[in-house]
This record gives sequence, structure tokens and C-alpha cells, in this order.
Amino acid sequence: MDDARKAIESVFRIERVRLIGGLARRLRDLPLAEEFAQDALAAALVDWPRSGVPERPGAWLAAAARRRAIDHFRRREMWARRHAALAFEMPAAEDPVPALEARLDDEVGDESLALIFIACHPALTREARAALTLRLVAGLSVAEIARAFLLAEGAAARRITRAKAALAATGAAFEAPRGPDRAARIASVLEVLYLIFNEGYAPTSGAKPVRADLCAEALRLARALAHGCRAEPEVWGLLGLIELQGSRRNARATAEGLPIPLPEQDRARWDRLMIRRGLAALERARALGGEGGDYELQAAIAACHARASRPEAVDWAEIARLYDRLVEVRRSPVVALNRAVAWSMAEGPQEGLVHLRDIEAAGVLRGYAPLPAAIGDCLRRMGRPDLARPAFLQAARLSRNDAERAFLLRRADACVGSLPREGADDA
Amino acid sequence: MRVMVLVKATAASEAGEMPSEALLEAMTAYNEELAAAGVMLGGEGLHPSAKGKRIVFEGASRTVVDGPFAETRELVAGFWLLEVRDMEEAVEWVRRCPNPMRERSEIEIRPVFEAGDFGDAMTPELKDREETLRSRLDD
Repeated sequence: MDDARKAIESVFRIERVRLIGGLARRLRDLPLAEEFAQDALAAALVDWPRSGVPERPGAWLAAAARRRAIDHFRRREMWARRHAALAFEMPAAEDPVPALEARLDDEVGDESLALIFIACHPALTREARAALTLRLVAGLSVAEIARAFLLAEGAAARRITRAKAALAATGAAFEAPRGPDRAARIASVLEVLYLIFNEGYAPTSGAKPVRADLCAEALRLARALAHGCRAEPEVWGLLGLIELQGSRRNARATAEGLPIPLPEQDRARWDRLMIRRGLAALERARALGGEGGDYELQAAIAACHARASRPEAVDWAEIARLYDRLVEVRRSPVVALNRAVAWSMAEGPQEGLVHLRDIEAAGVLRGYAPLPAAIGDCLRRMGRPDLARPAFLQAARLSRNDAERAFLLRRADACVGSLPREGADDA
Repeated sequence: MRVMVLVKATAASEAGEMPSEALLEAMTAYNEELAAAGVMLGGEGLHPSAKGKRIVFEGASRTVVDGPFAETRELVAGFWLLEVRDMEEAVEWVRRCPNPMRERSEIEIRPVFEAGDFGDAMTPELKDREETLRSRLDD
């Protein structure tokens, strides 16, 4: 029985996107679509353990949800008629149910894709889009989403409910967008997938350095999206970026969960299959004319690391040049910070420090731990552990991620024993 | 997790019988579905073992044996590499694969090792060499 339930849940996990996507598109009502899909699952849980999993489980579930939808609208229609009669109004001449039935029967295009586009509607905040995507498209439970974003379960549930209400208020079409709208909608989807990936890969807070499940969901969604939007260069750029960064997920932290900086990572633990897939996706993005796109540039930077057989072989000058272009496309202070770090690796810590001090003076990254951490690192490499230590301590105070904080404190401690040296060290 | 899905050979596949147009069409649709779900990393069909060779290892000796090979049902006729959440999901995906053969056949699912699964047998020095080799292969 338990095995049967597990099997049914696996079926449902595979079918749910198409099921909900199809219902939402036809009914133009997301909560109802989810409700009918849930009803279909409940019916399967009763029926299948007795009669076995049907040969075409997807069709079975769709039929069950369709029956439930028609029942629902018939009841609602009867209600409306009774209500109309009471109000001495003539009932509507046309029975809407057959029209609805016709709509439920109409065959479709790509429903899973449509559902991603619905969940990532630009009218929603980034966080709402991410939560809704994980709930609707990846099928994560509210509890899992709460864990992913370090929210109380109630807060996660409210975020999702509000997102659905906001979506209903926009009257958005439940279809993959076409025409001039499309590029903006794709950008919105890409932003959400990368947010989900990053929440798994570099959690902003909490105890764990990598949440593999979130990375895996983002990767799966990006692969699915690339399959559905084959001609979109930035979709391939994002896929390349996620594959390349994800290839390092088993090398990024010690067994105790402390982060390991890129140059110190055990490259044997990098996932070669993901690297090959990532480089291929990057090639594809470029072949489609995506050179210079936001995600293409980020993927190109990740590729510089992936291609180097050892840390000394990394082409930092190339990375710094790529950051120069990226900072033009994505005017973000965090990118400016990474660019400064890249220049510190390409041209030495003094050069990096000049850029870092500029960013510090601009004041936009006040309270952002990686800024003092990078400053500390340049000072350490310049042979000034006495100046580096307070920077590392400041970074540790600012960090909200436990593992990162422990790492920064160790760096600060390492500065205590060593004395200032003459000259610079570019190691 | 990654799994290797192995389509086992049958007498017909070993005899070189090609899949029908209907089966090819169904397989294409199935592959589309795997890709659309973001699950498929790769997959290919294999020629009959008559076109294959085996290298038998015994201590220092190496003997090359030409196909075809006996024990038909243990031979592989094709494979997929999938990335799924768990074994249950892999089973469900394989259950919905079109029957690859006209006769009784089997498909086997085997989890793929991941970094870390080798434990201490992989010394730092071995890792270093493997890494150098792999990076050369990628160039």
C-alpha cells in the first residue's frame, strides 16, 4: 500500500505540471486548476491501489480532473439559475457548461512551459515568482518552500496565496507569451530560475552552504526551458551558467559545511558532465547570437574557471575583461565588486583595492559582507595582515550565513600570527 | 541523482532487427517528453553484439574476443542517462517508455556514482592525476 502510494506520487510529480498547466489555461483560474488536479490525485489514490496504475496515467488524471471541473460548474450554474429565478430575472439563454466542456477538450501546446510563464509573471515580486514556481512547477510542498526561503510555514503559504491573488488581479493569459511581450517574460523566468539556483548554491542566510535540492530543481527547470525555448540565446546562457556553477557543488564546502574558495577547491570533485554540458550550452547561446548577453557573459566567466586545469591556469585577464562588459549590461554593485576582485587577480591586489575603495566610498554595498571580505583579502595579499584582520572581522559580523561567518573568522585568526611584510604578494 | 537506464537485448535485437516506424515514432515522442521535463542527459541505441568486441582481463593477460556474445538477455541494446529526484521517479519514467522490443524484454535502472562515493580509495595523488587527464580530455 505504501509502495502503491509512492508510485502514485511519482506519477503525479511527473504529470502535475501538464495537468495543472492544461487546466489553468482552459479555466483561466489557477486556484481552481490546482483544486481539480488535487481532486484527480485523490481519486487516483483511491482507485489505483485497487485497479493498478492505468496504462496512460496522465490521460486518466486529466479525465478525472475534467469530470470534477464539469461537476463544479454544473453545480455553480444551478446555483446561478436558482438565484436568478429568485431575483425574477430570466436565466441566461445560453448554457455556459457545454462551452466550457468544449474548452476542456481542446488540445494544446506546451503546458509545462505555459505554467512556468504564469508563475513567473512580471506583475509579481521576484520572491513571489520564485515561491510560486517552486510550488506550481517543481511541485514542492509549502513546508519545503518555507525551508528553502527560511520562512515560517504560514508566511510561505501567505506568500503563495498572495501571489495567486495578484496573478488573478492581472487577468494574465495562461499561455506561453508570444510577440513583443515574449522577451520581457523570458527575462522574468530566467531571473527566477537563477534566484532559485542561487538560493540553493549560495544561501544568503542559514546554516547550510549548499542546498542541493534547490540547485537540482533550478537545473531541471532550466533544462526544460531550454528544450522549450530552443531559439532563445539567453535561455542557453542561463543554462550554461547553472550547469557550470552547479558542476562545483560537491567541491564548494568541507564536510563540516565551511565554504572552500574556488582556487582551493578539489577540482577532481567538479562534475565533468555538467562542465561539458555547460560549455555546450554556452556555445549554443553564442551560435544563436547571444554573445554579450547578461547570462552569456556570466556563463563565459564561469567557463574560464571550468576550463582551467589548475588554479594558476585561470585566465584572470579574460575574466576581468568579461566583467568589464558585464558591468555595462547589469549595472549592479555586486557585479562591480566581483569585477574589482577579478582585476585584483589579473593585475594585483593594489589594483583591486583601488576599485574596492571606490565601491566602498559609493556606499551602496554598506552592510554587504563580501565587500569587506574582498578588501581584507587584497590587504592580506599586499602583506598587511594587521589591516586585513579588522576587515575580515567586519565581514564576519555582517555575514548572515553561519558557514561563511566561520570561514571569515578563520581568515581573521590567520592574520594574527603573521606580521606585515614589505612589498606585495600576488599569490 | 543520475541513473543509467539500460535496455536489455533480445534475440530479435541481437539478430539486427530494426525498430518499426511506429516504434521509432513512439520513442521520439518519449524522448521529447524526457527532454521537456528536463530529465534527459543523453541516450543512444547500440548495434547488435555481433559488431562488438570484448577484452578479457586475467592478471596481466588481455584477450580480445569478437562478438556476437551469448547470454543475450544480459547484453545491452541501448541506454539513457537521466537525472531524476529519486529511484521512484526513475522507475515511473521507465514504466512509460514504449515497449522497445516486440518480444519480452527488460530495462534496468542503475544509479551512477557521484563524487565522494569512492571515499578513501581515491587518494589525493590519484585525484590529481585523474583531474589532469580529464582536463586534457575536455580540451
